[in-house]
Amino acid sequence: MSDKTIYAIYDDDYVLLESAKHLVSKGIYIRDVFSPFPIHGLDPVIGLERTRIAIAAFIYGMIGVSLALGGMYYFMIQDWPLNIGGKPNFTFVENLPSFVPITFEFGVLCAAHGMAITYLLRNWTLPGFKGKNPYPRTTDDRFVMEIHVHDNDASEEEIKNWINETHVLEIDVKNS
Amino acid sequence: MHKEAAIREPLVLGNDVTYSKITNDVLAPIEGKTTKGWKILMTIASIVALWGIGNILYLLGVGIGSWGLNKTVGWAWDITNFVWWVGIGHAGTLISAVLLLFRQKWRMAINRPAEAMTIFAVFMAGLFPMIHMGRIWMAYWVLPLPNQFGSLWVNFNSPLLWDVFAISTYLSVSLVFWYIGLIPDFATIRDRAKKPVPKLMYSLLSFGWTGNAKAWQRFEEVSLVLAGLATPLVFSVHSIVSMDFATSVIPGWHTTIFPPYFVAGAVFSGFAMVQTLMLIVRKVMHLEQYVTIKHIEYMNIIIIVTGSIVGVAYLTELFVSWYSGVEYESYAFINRFSGPYWWSYWAMMTCNVVSPHLFWVKKWRTNLTFTFIMSIVVNIGMWFERFVIIVTSVHRDYVPSSWSMFYPTWVDIGVFIGTLGLFSVFYLLFLRYFPVLAFNEVKTILKSSGEKYKNMSDEDFHKLHPVKK
Repeated sequence: MSDKTIYAIYDDDYVLLESAKHLVSKGIYIRDVFSPFPIHGLDPVIGLERTRIAIAAFIYGMIGVSLALGGMYYFMIQDWPLNIGGKPNFTFVENLPSFVPITFEFGVLCAAHGMAITYLLRNWTLPGFKGKNPYPRTTDDRFVMEIHVHDNDASEEEIKNWINETHVLEIDVKNS
Repeated sequence: MHKEAAIREPLVLGNDVTYSKITNDVLAPIEGKTTKGWKILMTIASIVALWGIGNILYLLGVGIGSWGLNKTVGWAWDITNFVWWVGIGHAGTLISAVLLLFRQKWRMAINRPAEAMTIFAVFMAGLFPMIHMGRIWMAYWVLPLPNQFGSLWVNFNSPLLWDVFAISTYLSVSLVFWYIGLIPDFATIRDRAKKPVPKLMYSLLSFGWTGNAKAWQRFEEVSLVLAGLATPLVFSVHSIVSMDFATSVIPGWHTTIFPPYFVAGAVFSGFAMVQTLMLIVRKVMHLEQYVTIKHIEYMNIIIIVTGSIVGVAYLTELFVSWYSGVEYESYAFINRFSGPYWWSYWAMMTCNVVSPHLFWVKKWRTNLTFTFIMSIVVNIGMWFERFVIIVTSVHRDYVPSSWSMFYPTWVDIGVFIGTLGLFSVFYLLFLRYFPVLAFNEVKTILKSSGEKYKNMSDEDFHKLHPVKK
């Protein structure tokens, strides 16, 4: 088993996408793609499943809504009911309309921040981390496919030949 | 290839544009030396900001009696400035969130500077209620914290408390939205930086972003969901600000029309401020290829729409004040347009109701000088709108013996001018050290909306980007 990593470097997102389709049709598993911006249509080609981060955001939002409603019930109804201008606020239901704004805001607050934190943790991007993109120009105008030889049945030479059929700029092999 | 209609004007101009040219053009001001113009502007802005900070410190030292408030007019410039700044802070998130949901590609070139404007404007806005408290060190009392007063809580029925939640949520969510978009762009600067200090700084700012496929997939999902969350947030924030007035029983304030009217006014003034800033930025930083006349025109069209909504709202509340048959309500409005503050009412009417309609003329709305002048006119008009709503509604109350006038003191003026300076300092720092355009996002629309690619035939495209050797 070889533990070599092949990097195929392209200078265009469209060319990379078409090349990825070509390689996948040959049965090659593309481990990852590095690009300066999202390449639309790539995810199904390289077999990425849709992220579930939106579901997480919904759950965070619901937690926020429950906390807000629970908190206001405790503060305004249970712990210290105040008679403000004779407005009826001694039951939760009567007071509910004026709880709507803060419930909404707090739900959004929790959903947005919870999702942002989840996003940073799942991407493993946090302050102080070093960028691990293989080539610095992948954040500018280079598009790179990462193929691990041991992921595939084909040999290193075969994979390189298939990559060479596409309009690749450069092929780089690293021992990982 | 996804192509858009041929009659749509291109959003990225020039036949020489490539991915690396976009990077070079946007990062040139960050990677180059500090220019003389920037230093001059920064010096002026810092002096004004320091003057403002000095005024705020004086105010905190001697108390808000140093403002021109009196027993009748308890809210004046402070709240006017607060609402004005919050209103300006509405364009950024509207551009990046609402236009993202509607898949408007022209948002790409302006969302970053507009969001920066939003965040700094909300900072300025937040300052006013805090200093209006007088004892700013007690500002944390607005939060529902356990305390020693028998555990007395803040009043969740009060729109002022809703405002605390709305503004702080809006500020922090906008900041997160903005920063998540900035991370990949910081990574580009990090990977291009040569000197050790900038390399370290941008390395810290970019959180170790690599730009792999899964990260981009999450990025797009997060952007979409944040946009979905931020859209109702934008509308809720200024609705809640308007409820500070609308839920009171002051004639002139107690109207149900306020929430939509305030939101439209906020978007109106926000876009005007984006125009003011972008017209200078695109010129000075040579970004004319990315922020095109078409972008300016689109924003002017939004100014017509929101300006018209504002106009209808003004006329509606005027009509209803008469039609309601409530003496106090109708007097509040008669007093607005013919009382001692008539000039501010008519300044507001001219700037906000008449002037946006000049943009119906295509030649004018695509003229940069005209747009720039108009954007300032709208900003002035929207400041007067808040002044009219706040001061003219309270300066003559139910008891004629307590009628009075509001005159700003030098502290009032100093604090307001100071926030303009402080805002400029933040904005200049942003222009110098942050990528001004979301250039990695602009790259995604190059092929569908760039002048070079837009009307290229499929053969030419494949000749330019051959897939097979």
